[in-house]
Amino acid sequence: MTPATDQPWTLVIRPERRWLDLRLAEVWRYRDLIGLFVRRDFVAAYKQTMLGPAWYLIQPLLTSFTFLVIFGRIAQLPTEGVPQLLFYMLGTVVWSYFAASLTLTSNTFTANTGLFGKVYFPRIVVPISMVLSNLITFAFQFVLFALTAALYALGGTTLHVNAWVAVLPLLLVMLAGLGLGFGIIVSSMTTRYRDLQYLVAFGTQLLMFASPVIYPLSSVPARYRWLVAANPLTPILETFRYALLGAGSVSAAHLAYAGIVTIVVLTCGMLTFTRIERTFMDTV
Amino acid sequence: MPSLAISSERLSKLYRLGVIGTGTLHDDFERWWARVRGLPDPTLKVDAVHRPGHGAMWALKDISFDLPEGATLGIIGSNGAGKSTLLKVLSRITAPTEGCVRLRGRVASLLEVGTGFHPELTGRENVYLNGTILGMRKTEVARKFDEIVAFAEVEPFIDTPVKRYSSGMHVRLAFAVAAHLDPDVLIVDEVLAVGDVAFQKRCVGKMQDLTSSQHRTVLFVSHNMASIKALCSRAMLLDHGRLVADGDVDQAVAKYIDRQQPAATGVIPDNHPVIGTGEVRLRSVTILASSGEPVSELYLGQPFRIVFVVEALKDVKDAVFEVDISTLDGTYVTTSLSVDGTRAPIPLAPGLHTVCLDLDVVLLADHYSIDLGVHHSGPPWTMDFVRRTLDFHVLNVSESGGDRYFFDVKRGFVRPQGRWHVSAGPERT
Repeated sequence: MTPATDQPWTLVIRPERRWLDLRLAEVWRYRDLIGLFVRRDFVAAYKQTMLGPAWYLIQPLLTSFTFLVIFGRIAQLPTEGVPQLLFYMLGTVVWSYFAASLTLTSNTFTANTGLFGKVYFPRIVVPISMVLSNLITFAFQFVLFALTAALYALGGTTLHVNAWVAVLPLLLVMLAGLGLGFGIIVSSMTTRYRDLQYLVAFGTQLLMFASPVIYPLSSVPARYRWLVAANPLTPILETFRYALLGAGSVSAAHLAYAGIVTIVVLTCGMLTFTRIERTFMDTV
Repeated sequence: MPSLAISSERLSKLYRLGVIGTGTLHDDFERWWARVRGLPDPTLKVDAVHRPGHGAMWALKDISFDLPEGATLGIIGSNGAGKSTLLKVLSRITAPTEGCVRLRGRVASLLEVGTGFHPELTGRENVYLNGTILGMRKTEVARKFDEIVAFAEVEPFIDTPVKRYSSGMHVRLAFAVAAHLDPDVLIVDEVLAVGDVAFQKRCVGKMQDLTSSQHRTVLFVSHNMASIKALCSRAMLLDHGRLVADGDVDQAVAKYIDRQQPAATGVIPDNHPVIGTGEVRLRSVTILASSGEPVSELYLGQPFRIVFVVEALKDVKDAVFEVDISTLDGTYVTTSLSVDGTRAPIPLAPGLHTVCLDLDVVLLADHYSIDLGVHHSGPPWTMDFVRRTLDFHVLNVSESGGDRYFFDVKRGFVRPQGRWHVSAGPERT
């Protein structure tokens, strides 16, 4: 018999995988599956609902109006001269993309035990496809925002759309990366400690108040500003607002900081995720 | 010589027992601290259970085998032998604890049919989804689509959501997708036990097509020895995570059946676990033929007597004896109680007692076993109960040789005393 070591094996299963072995080529090979998962999520989500995809729009509309009443009218938080509805709507739409990506990916393992227990494919395909299907939601909601903004413009409000719009796709990628990164870190931890699942739900809620969603960064007292500025979501939200509404601040250095945090979080996430995916079936 | 498709080297898988809870963090920390200092994992002591519920078990231990390309390997063993764990490790659902497996070619595993089927999606959408989950590219599914749908016989409903499908259609479609995977190494777990009989036959046929291909290597787990024998060229017997036989199918199957049925001899160990109060203990049992000789084999219709010995440790006023006859797979055939009818419970003085039961029942040819029980006539009821105290066998021929069961396949287990009359004319007499 030929010694086993002389042969070109296509697959070797060992207890430990090298730390930096992310198998991205394999994920690429399963790109069709990502597409089909996105399609499935989109088609299945609103089947047998009366309003269908209209739910995509009702959510940000109601949230924006609630914010308008509570934070705009009652608490009278400043919005840097931007119509309050537009200010809140943009904040809500951008924030929900991050929040939805985080919460949906954070239970990847626990929600897919049945599937993962029966067939192998790179598990990262599932959270990636979730972040992508959230992008569809984001697109719908962003169009809603654009239409609302157009109505305001027709009504005589001047909107200061500027060249920073060009970086918005990059910001979206960063939002996706942060949501995915944090989400898969949490999902890897929840395979052992379910406690985190509860933490994520209200953690994102609290994080929203620590991010400039309902208030501009400029309104934060100087003493605490570093705290809000340390949040990698802050420059993303501020730049979105600056590019589309002309309010807020843009700083390339601050954006670079958010970019670095995104890369670090995503890398840590991928590393823990690929480690956990090999044995999580034993602990779930 | 064909080259190897799979080579497994001392493959082992350890499962931690017990619940994940508040102790988990502590254990994790202990493990991490040991690793930092370069010590062996302190929670990995098998059999040395250092806290209740905190043990570990080797679900697989040192499984080594080489499988040449084109072979069909059957994996057999009783429940908990490690078959499913082996398939899970080979299909990369969970990683091994030790050892290593090398595989060549495209590996597809089929541990369940219809994995990832979404009820809201149409048959067509599910074929694509399921196919890609199993590792096919979209273009590949498209190429085989018509063949898949034809095999599943669901053409008219292919654009209907699968939640409207009957369970049979559901399973047929799911199997059809899987059957058209076309991998180099196929790992299959008992999926043949699906659908109606006609479809099962087609599944076996399809499996035979798959396995007869020159280059396809198949690993197949089943509890059905007939399909193992029909499909496999080699068989592997697992027992408590260890490989106990590997090679000839017939030998492995025989060994499996042998292990499944260790003959019960009628002697009940003194230290048997007592289900009940233990005031009266069951000690031994024998079957006597009409000649008075102990036997383990009966002719069809041969009268027999079940004799068992009990020991009363206390004075008992109301003993009720129970004899159950069941098949070796656990199906109850009949039960007799000493209070059947309106008979009274029996008082027992401390000491040994012999209980005799003449059972007026004609058992059809099969392997049977006797369960015994002794109870109070009221709460707390059971004093002792032992399953499978003695195995015996009934032959399909009477002692004189003239009488046999009429059909090839047994219908039921007992033959009642029938009195038949036939008379001319339409009137009942």
